[in-house]
Amino acid sequence: MQFFFEVLIGGLLAGVMYSLVALGFVLVYKASGVFNFAQGAMVFFAALTTVGFISMGAPFWLAVALALLAMVALAFFTERMVLRPLVNQPQITLFMATIGLAFFIEGVAQLTWGAQVHALDLGIADEPIAWLMDNTGMNISKFDLVASGIAAALVAVLAIFFNKTRTGRALRAVADDHQAALAVGISLQRIWVIVWVVAGFVALVTGLLWGARNGVQFALTFLALKALPVLILGGFESIAGAIVGGLIVGASEKLAEVYIGPHVGGGIESWFPYVLALAFLLVRPEGLFGERRIDRV
Amino acid sequence: MLYREAGQFKTTYAADQQLFPIRQDRIGMAILLAAVFVGVPLAAATPAIAGAIDFNYWFSGVLIPFLIFSLAALGLNILTGYAGQLSLGTAAFMAVGAFAAYNFELRVPGIPMLASFILAGVVAALIGIVFGLPSLRIKGFYLAVATLAAQFFVVWALTKFGWFSNYSSSGVITAQKLAVFGYAVDTPVKRYLLVLAIVSVMALAAKNMVRSSIGRAWMAVRDMDVAAEVVGIPMMKTKLLAFAISSFYCGVAGALYAFAYLGTVEPAGFELELSFRILFMIIVGGVGSILGSFLGAAFIVLLPIFMDLSAASIERSFGFALPAGLVSNLTLILFGALIIFFLVVEPLGLARLWQIAKEKLRLWPFPH
Repeated sequence: MQFFFEVLIGGLLAGVMYSLVALGFVLVYKASGVFNFAQGAMVFFAALTTVGFISMGAPFWLAVALALLAMVALAFFTERMVLRPLVNQPQITLFMATIGLAFFIEGVAQLTWGAQVHALDLGIADEPIAWLMDNTGMNISKFDLVASGIAAALVAVLAIFFNKTRTGRALRAVADDHQAALAVGISLQRIWVIVWVVAGFVALVTGLLWGARNGVQFALTFLALKALPVLILGGFESIAGAIVGGLIVGASEKLAEVYIGPHVGGGIESWFPYVLALAFLLVRPEGLFGERRIDRV
Repeated sequence: MLYREAGQFKTTYAADQQLFPIRQDRIGMAILLAAVFVGVPLAAATPAIAGAIDFNYWFSGVLIPFLIFSLAALGLNILTGYAGQLSLGTAAFMAVGAFAAYNFELRVPGIPMLASFILAGVVAALIGIVFGLPSLRIKGFYLAVATLAAQFFVVWALTKFGWFSNYSSSGVITAQKLAVFGYAVDTPVKRYLLVLAIVSVMALAAKNMVRSSIGRAWMAVRDMDVAAEVVGIPMMKTKLLAFAISSFYCGVAGALYAFAYLGTVEPAGFELELSFRILFMIIVGGVGSILGSFLGAAFIVLLPIFMDLSAASIERSFGFALPAGLVSNLTLILFGALIIFFLVVEPLGLARLWQIAKEKLRLWPFPH
């Protein structure tokens, strides 16, 4: 039983990291209806830029600030070159355009900073918490706990931003109804830039946490794929859904690996979340917190 | 001024329904087929030309992969371009085809090679139907994720269960010797001809399929599935048939990929990367176009070769070595930029550009 809880908590904490990636997707999807496949590439780009500046001798805070600046530039570039020309196109077209964008960003990132694996040290040790180890015998990493704390803080900041600030309200207005938002004088283009900047910021935080964990490397781009089942479970439009979905995926994939994996040969982590999401879709096509879609002729 | 079709009247229903209603198109197609079936092998057999060009490289490095990818792109185009169901699992269905053909050859004594290719396609079609089932309930991105599940699951299953690869380490299979009706297909030219024949027949079938009732049903579903259902198109049959036929094409392409192109394949070779490449082919070539599948495959196969060649010539003429990885990263950037460019400027791809050019040339120099 204790082993079960250890796996469960480890999975939940890993799930928090998935939630962070999914959060970036949800932000962009809510405001612009774009399913942003490039979120994983943005995570990679942000982390690589930070590490690159650090290796050039910049202090940590400056490197992060410069990376954030790069994400802002990327947001402007994306709005101008991808979103604006493709306005009013079918969603699938925009989705495929973001696959192209992902390749573009990956190429630029590796061209600028090289393709080797970089280590990133945030100053948080990835070691079991001694107190928990002594008292309960559970092996919970300190790093995971700090990462979840940062994720929680990020969600809180985003919630305040969306609910209390003028810009955040404008973002929600755009998400609800593009036409009505335009009618009351909200500039769609400005909103898109802002939302991509926010997504870039989330990508930066995600990239730093994942990069510190696994090293800053090309594999970070595959995070986007991990986030997809999270989105399906939680629904594309809901921040709460991204969090809950991430937790479910994280916990269930670890539990499945431990309890089902040995019976079928192991390594089922790669596809289990998808099958789980698929099974879930058959029951509830719009996800846990998503909006029900109504088809009209 | 390319040609004029004035004076060609259709007087029978058969004439109205033929594949190429314009005589010049028929002649052009006949010339093209003669060139690729007879001209190219003849040129390769002529010592004067064969000495100047490395035909073995061209056959096994360019033409055969081009034809095989065309077939896979054709399969994806049927599903995504005609039936409107976005799929990110093309490589998985190719993997199913490759491993199925290998196993039929291995386990059924004396089975003809072509039969095992067809059966491989059928197995891929069955798997396609299974993973197409969710499409009855979900669509759009949700369906794309469902096909991703196919992608990861198939690669995992082929790696994990040794039976599929005859218990070789890490699932690597070496395809059996290619032979058709007891006639060994052992040189690049023969392999090229075999692949070309299969691709031609299947392209012809696809061309006819998309203008038949089932093709029209696919397009109706693509354009608006609710409306299609309202006018009485059976949704289940139409969608599942699209998945089955698309997967059949991909499965045959996968079998050819293993038997006629690489010879040795492993499940890891059928990663998501390959699915994306085939998706790019149909975006660049033209979504919902048979010709576009070929143009896109040619473009995506040739672009990295062209980049490598130009990098090599830059290195030679300027006398310095380009940094390692530069070319591959530039290719990546170029791929991404091209996808966005085509989606913005010409969403219907190269096939549409070709159509526009033909239209312009038909009227030139008097455009009215």
